[in-house]
Amino acid sequence: MTLAIFLALATVSVISAILVISQKNSVISALYLVVTLASQAVLYFLLGATFIGVLQIIVYAGAIMVLFLFVIMLLNLKRDEFGPDKKKGQRVLAFLLTLFLAIEILAALKIGLSGGQAVTGVSAKLSIGSPVEVARSLFIDYLYPFEIVSILLLVAILGVIVLVKKRF
Amino acid sequence: MVPLAYYLTLSALLFAIGVVGVLINRNAIVIFMSIEIMLNAVNLSLIAFSQFMGSPAGQVIVFLVMAVAAAEAAVGLAIIVVIHRTRESINVDDVNLMKW
Amino acid sequence: MTSFDYIFLVPLLPFLGFLLNGLLGKRLGKPFVSWIGPGTVGLSFAVAAKLFFDLLSLPEASRSIEVIFFPWVWSAEFQTNIAFLLDPLSAVMMLVVTGVGFLIHVYSIGYMHEDSGYYRYFSFLNLFEFSMLVLVMADNFLFMFLGWEGVGLCSYLLIGFWFDRQSAADAGKKAFIVNRVGDFGFLLAMTLIFWTAGSLNFTEVFERAPQFYLAGGGTVTAITLLLFLGATGKSAQIPLYVWLPDAMEGPTPVSALIHAATMVTAGVYMVARCNVLYSLAPVSLEVVAVIGAVTAIFAASIGLVQNDIKRVLAYSTISQIGYMFLACGVGAFAAGIFHLMTHAYFKALLFLGSGAVIHALAGVQDLRKMGGLKKYLPVTFAVFLVGTLAISGIPLFSGFFSKDEILWKAFSSEKMGPYLWSIGFLAAGMTAFYMFRLFFLIFYGKSQFDIHQHHPHEATNSMKIPLIILAILSIIGGYIGLPKSLGGNNAFEHFLAPVFEHGDTMAATGHALSTEYTVMALSIAIAFLGLFVAWRFYVKNPALPERLKQRFSTGYRALLNKYYVDEFYGSTVVKPFINLALWFWQFFDVKIVDGLANGSAFFVGWSSQVFRKFQTGYFRNYALGFSLGVIILLAVIIFS
Repeated sequence: MTLAIFLALATVSVISAILVISQKNSVISALYLVVTLASQAVLYFLLGATFIGVLQIIVYAGAIMVLFLFVIMLLNLKRDEFGPDKKKGQRVLAFLLTLFLAIEILAALKIGLSGGQAVTGVSAKLSIGSPVEVARSLFIDYLYPFEIVSILLLVAILGVIVLVKKRF
Repeated sequence: MVPLAYYLTLSALLFAIGVVGVLINRNAIVIFMSIEIMLNAVNLSLIAFSQFMGSPAGQVIVFLVMAVAAAEAAVGLAIIVVIHRTRESINVDDVNLMKW
Repeated sequence: MTSFDYIFLVPLLPFLGFLLNGLLGKRLGKPFVSWIGPGTVGLSFAVAAKLFFDLLSLPEASRSIEVIFFPWVWSAEFQTNIAFLLDPLSAVMMLVVTGVGFLIHVYSIGYMHEDSGYYRYFSFLNLFEFSMLVLVMADNFLFMFLGWEGVGLCSYLLIGFWFDRQSAADAGKKAFIVNRVGDFGFLLAMTLIFWTAGSLNFTEVFERAPQFYLAGGGTVTAITLLLFLGATGKSAQIPLYVWLPDAMEGPTPVSALIHAATMVTAGVYMVARCNVLYSLAPVSLEVVAVIGAVTAIFAASIGLVQNDIKRVLAYSTISQIGYMFLACGVGAFAAGIFHLMTHAYFKALLFLGSGAVIHALAGVQDLRKMGGLKKYLPVTFAVFLVGTLAISGIPLFSGFFSKDEILWKAFSSEKMGPYLWSIGFLAAGMTAFYMFRLFFLIFYGKSQFDIHQHHPHEATNSMKIPLIILAILSIIGGYIGLPKSLGGNNAFEHFLAPVFEHGDTMAATGHALSTEYTVMALSIAIAFLGLFVAWRFYVKNPALPERLKQRFSTGYRALLNKYYVDEFYGSTVVKPFINLALWFWQFFDVKIVDGLANGSAFFVGWSSQVFRKFQTGYFRNYALGFSLGVIILLAVIIFS
């Protein structure tokens, strides 16, 4: 049962990812990206990482994608304003290389498409994915990176404001 | 039960798609979106391992990665906005002043 | 015994003369140079004489003294010193070099008086004395080689003394380069000696030689043949004699000193010094004897028809040195050195005499333009006659004793005795003939020069006195080698015996006294025959040589052109070498070496042209490069 859900979600993810990168209209790309992110979130739920799954939807699909859409609207991009691609060799090379990359990553895993232990699904160890556990780990073992990242966010905010000011 | 391998394969596949998206698109915004796809793929494999090994560390990492991704997306889009202001175009091929 | 410690003065005094004349001569003027130049050599002769007498006072067995001046090369296995060896052989050579050298220095005061390079001449001449003394006094091969090279250098400097003359400059170059070929042999021999015997010191090498070298074996034969190659270069034998006739471009006293009395005898000295090695290599001795004999007759034949007074004497020198090598080749080293000494006397005399003639005629050297000088130059006539009689081997004069000794020893040697003797015998006849031809053409007959234009006058005293002294020596110098057969006790040979005790194994002894007298008589006969024929040709019947010239015109031309050897060398050796050098220049240097240098610059430019294409400016290309790098890294990590 979980396997079937997984396969369905996997298919959805992959197909919408492919559609993201192949659209001429950037708005459509953004929407397909939302689909990809949502299916990712369900996959997280399937894995038992409830907290992260919720975060995925709120932060990624909610905030980041909205940001993207705002910018697209701000820039008033239309359908495919770009001329024909002058560097055709780039495409071919890109596909080949990426294929190779995928193969390499799989080889690195040394497991291939067969075998490997099963990962426990939702039914088991709910506690790991729960907010309590994550929070415990985050604020006790990984407090330092947490604080750093908060500073990073502050810097990002400042950076954005500085960048887009029209005049100093 | 879904084997770990399936999750990792999915992650690899999504990552590869993200790379392709970066390399073949000319629209700067779509390139950013492809970067987000790549980050997501990595998050997936991190969560999968976290559950596989029973440690919450993977999820903490994903948490932090998401935060960073948000910051990066914000800053990147700000840059694109500024470029658009001066050039009226976000075709990355037009940003080629460093040509030999 | 302490006087032996001053042995270093003998070469050092001329060296000081060289420095003083060279550095201060021009400033301090001719009188200074005239005193320092010959003076240092004279003092050197005095010291040498004292050393000689002190050596005589020692018992025969211990007449070999090594005096180390200072250590020279001291590395792990190779140690050589600046050291001198005083033994009978080096004593004889020292006396000849300083004695005859002194006389020639004095002669040069008069001869070179008008020359603007006066001080330069004397400084080079002193440097030559120094080098020659080093050569004969050294106690090891390396120090001897220093002197060997030094005399070669001085020969070059003095042959090309009048360097603004193209022919003189060319002759100097030729001498040096041909010598170099010989020096190459010497160097190889030195290396072999050190490699096999572990030392370059004469005493050590000669002591070790009988044990280290197989008698008649390849190593010692190679060593001795290579040494002999060096000797043929320095002493102008076949095949490296071609520089000596051209060397007559230098001033006549130079020809007398370097190319008659001393430098060209260096090879003979060297062979005599290494008699221990040569006696272990019978093959090399045969080679030495044959080359000596053949050179003797070859050079004599060329000398028969030459028209330049100095050329005749040059070929005569080559021929006489051939006799010396013939002597060494049959094991009669003492006889060779004896002839070296007497030859120094009469050849120097002849050269200096010819210098007086040239001086008198203001530069004329062609025999056909002389004649009838007897009444103008009586003293020169007399001394020249003495010299000619000596060289022709007429009895009572020194040359007779030494040449006869050689011919007798050659005849009585084992392997090819009679053959070698017959070559030497014929050459002796030729010698008498061409020397008397020279004599008659200069002093007898009708004067071919314009008397009013030339005003021949006798030489100055500084030129006359050395001539007279040399003439006296040419007469009495032979008596110290008076052989037993004529009543003497051959003091010379006895004196040198300790040096040659190993070498004399080659000489045969068992011939009868009557044979010796017969051979002696034959030598006398052919000498007089040569004299008689010359007299008929050039005094009695001057038209006769002309007629013979017409009849044997091809032969005559071959002799006159020295058998075209120079042309042969030019086309087979010199020209290919020059072509090779040209090829190296035009092809190798210009195209390959320059091509490499320019090519590397060009390559840098070309590669940067290629590499700049990487900077496309497109983000996507850079991202592609990125991912390519990542893939390669992953591949390395995964698959290794």
